[in-house]
Amino acid sequence: MPDLRDLYQDVILEHSKAPRNFRELSAANHKAEGYNPLCGDHFTVYVDIDGDSIRDIGFQGSGCAISKASASMMTQILKGKSTAEAEQLFARFHKLVTGAPTANGDQTELGKLAVFSGVSEFPVRVKCATLAWHTLHAALEGKQQTVSTE
Amino acid sequence: MTSVARRLPTVLRPPQAQNIGGFDVEKLRRDFPILKQKIRGRRLVYLDNAATSQKPQAVIDAISHYYERDNSNVHRGVHYLSERATEEFENARQTVQRFINAASASEIIFTRGTTEGINLVAQTYGRTHVGPGDEILVTALEHHSNIVPWQLLRDEKGAKLRVAPVNDSGELLLEEFEKLLSPRTNIVAVTHISNAIGTVIPLRQIIEMAHRRNVPVLVDGAQAVPHLTVDVQALDCDFYTFSSHKLYGPTGMGVLYGKSALLDAMPPYQGGGDMISSVTFEKTTYNKLPYKFEAGTPHVAGAIGLGAAIDYVNALGIENLAAHEHDLLAYATEKVSALPGIRVIGTAKEKAAVLSFMLDGVHPHDVGTILDQEGIAIRTGHHCAQPVMQRFEVPATARASFALYNTREEVDVLVEGLQRVQEVFA
Repeated sequence: MPDLRDLYQDVILEHSKAPRNFRELSAANHKAEGYNPLCGDHFTVYVDIDGDSIRDIGFQGSGCAISKASASMMTQILKGKSTAEAEQLFARFHKLVTGAPTANGDQTELGKLAVFSGVSEFPVRVKCATLAWHTLHAALEGKQQTVSTE
Repeated sequence: MTSVARRLPTVLRPPQAQNIGGFDVEKLRRDFPILKQKIRGRRLVYLDNAATSQKPQAVIDAISHYYERDNSNVHRGVHYLSERATEEFENARQTVQRFINAASASEIIFTRGTTEGINLVAQTYGRTHVGPGDEILVTALEHHSNIVPWQLLRDEKGAKLRVAPVNDSGELLLEEFEKLLSPRTNIVAVTHISNAIGTVIPLRQIIEMAHRRNVPVLVDGAQAVPHLTVDVQALDCDFYTFSSHKLYGPTGMGVLYGKSALLDAMPPYQGGGDMISSVTFEKTTYNKLPYKFEAGTPHVAGAIGLGAAIDYVNALGIENLAAHEHDLLAYATEKVSALPGIRVIGTAKEKAAVLSFMLDGVHPHDVGTILDQEGIAIRTGHHCAQPVMQRFEVPATARASFALYNTREEVDVLVEGLQRVQEVFA
C-alpha cells in the first residue's frame, strides 16, 4: 500500500504553502495557461527567454498541493537553464512521476524534483504533478491556447 | 511510524446505534455485496452516492436472471422468449409509472440516463418551440447536463439562456426567478436537488409560476428520485427525468416522463427500429407513445434492473430512507462543521443527502487522496457544476453524499479522516 508520506513529503508541503516565483513576470515574452478540468487546477506560467536561455520564470494560479509544489519547484530548477534542457527535464520528470524506467543519471539531473517519485504510486495525481510542466511546454512552443490535462 | 501514520483516537462517537426509519441499517448493508470489501486494508466507507449508488443483490440478480433465462429482443419476436422479455420490460415501465405516479405507462420513456432525457426534450420540444430571441430559463444550481443541451439549442436558434440566481446559502431566489419569467420564456428547466450542494428547490412554486404564464417545466430529478417521493401529477411538471444508477439500479438506464399531450405533439428524437409503425422510402409513420422516442433495441436488462431497484426502495419505503438520510446529513453537518477551518458550501434550509465543504488551506483534491487512503470514497472537484463553484468562488469542493446504507459510524470515520488531513497539512 502506498504511504501518504511518499506523496506528501515535507518539501512538497512546504512549497505548496509558500510557493517560489509565485508572480506574474512583466518581462515575460512567453506565457501559457494550463487547466485541469478534473479538479479545477488552473495556472499561468510566465517565461522570460533570452536567446535560448530561461532568464526568469514565474507562475500564478490555484491548485492542489501537488500541482502547486510542482510548479514552484519547476520554476526554481529552470531558472538559468536552456529551453532544450527544460524540455529534457520535463521528459525525465514525466518518467519519474509515471513510474517509467529511468536511464542512469536521470535522478541526478532531476535533483530536488526526485521528491515527486511518490506520485507514481498515485496514478490519478500524475496530472497534478505535470500540469505546470505541460503549461511550460506550451509557453515555450508559443501556443496561445489554454492547455488542458484532459 | 511517522506521526501521519498514527491512527487518531475516535473522539466523536454516536450516542447510540441508529435505527431511524424503522429499518436496520447494518442488516440492509448486507444486501449490497460491494460494501463487504476492504479498500486499502480498511472497511469501505462509500460516501460518493450522488455520483452513483451501489447496487443491492436483488438488482444484480434481476439482471443476471434476465440474461440467464429471458434474454431476447423485445416487441418483435413471436417466440416464447421474446414474449417473456417484452413482458418483463413492460412490467418495469409500469413499475416506474407507479413509482412517480404518472397517469399512464405510455408517458414513461426509457433513456440512457438523465442527460439523454434533457437532450431529448431540448432537441424535440425545444427545436420546435424555441426560436430567435426566445428564452430558456434555468437556475444557478444546474448540473452541466441541464445547461449544455440548452446552450446547443440557444446557439442553433439564436435564443437566450437566462439563469435564476441563488443566495449565499444556495437557496433559489424565487422572486428573481419570477422576474426572469418573461413573455419570451418558452421553457423552464430546473434541477430538483442540486448535485453539488444539496439544495432542494421549491419545485411546486416554480411550476405554478411558470404555468401561470403557460411555460412548460422540465425537472432534472437525477438527485431527487433516490431521496424523496416524486409525484409528477401532484407536481404538475411537464417533463421529469432521472437516472437509474443513482437509484440503486444499473448504469446506462434512465427515464423521461412527459405529459402525453406534449409527447404526442413532439417530433421523434432519433430514427430507427421500434419507433416506427411503417416505413417506405417515401414515408414513415411513427409508432405510438412511448415507442416513438425509443429508437433501436432498448436496454432491456437495464429496465428490468431499474424495476428491481424501485421494488427494493419501495419495500423499504422512500419516506424511511429520507428520514435516515436526513439524520445522517444533520449528524455529518454538525460533526464536520465542528472541525476547525471548515466551510460548508450550501447551507439551504431544505437540503438532501449532500454535504459539500472546503477545508482551510487544503485543496479538495488533496482531501480526497488522503481520505482514499483511509478507505473513504468522497467526490472532489467541481461536480460537473462549474457555475455553482463560480457562484461560491471556490475552484472545487469536497463532497460527501449519503445513501440508505450509510451509518453514523461512517460519518465518524469521515471526521477522523478529515482530522488526519489537517494533521498532514498542519
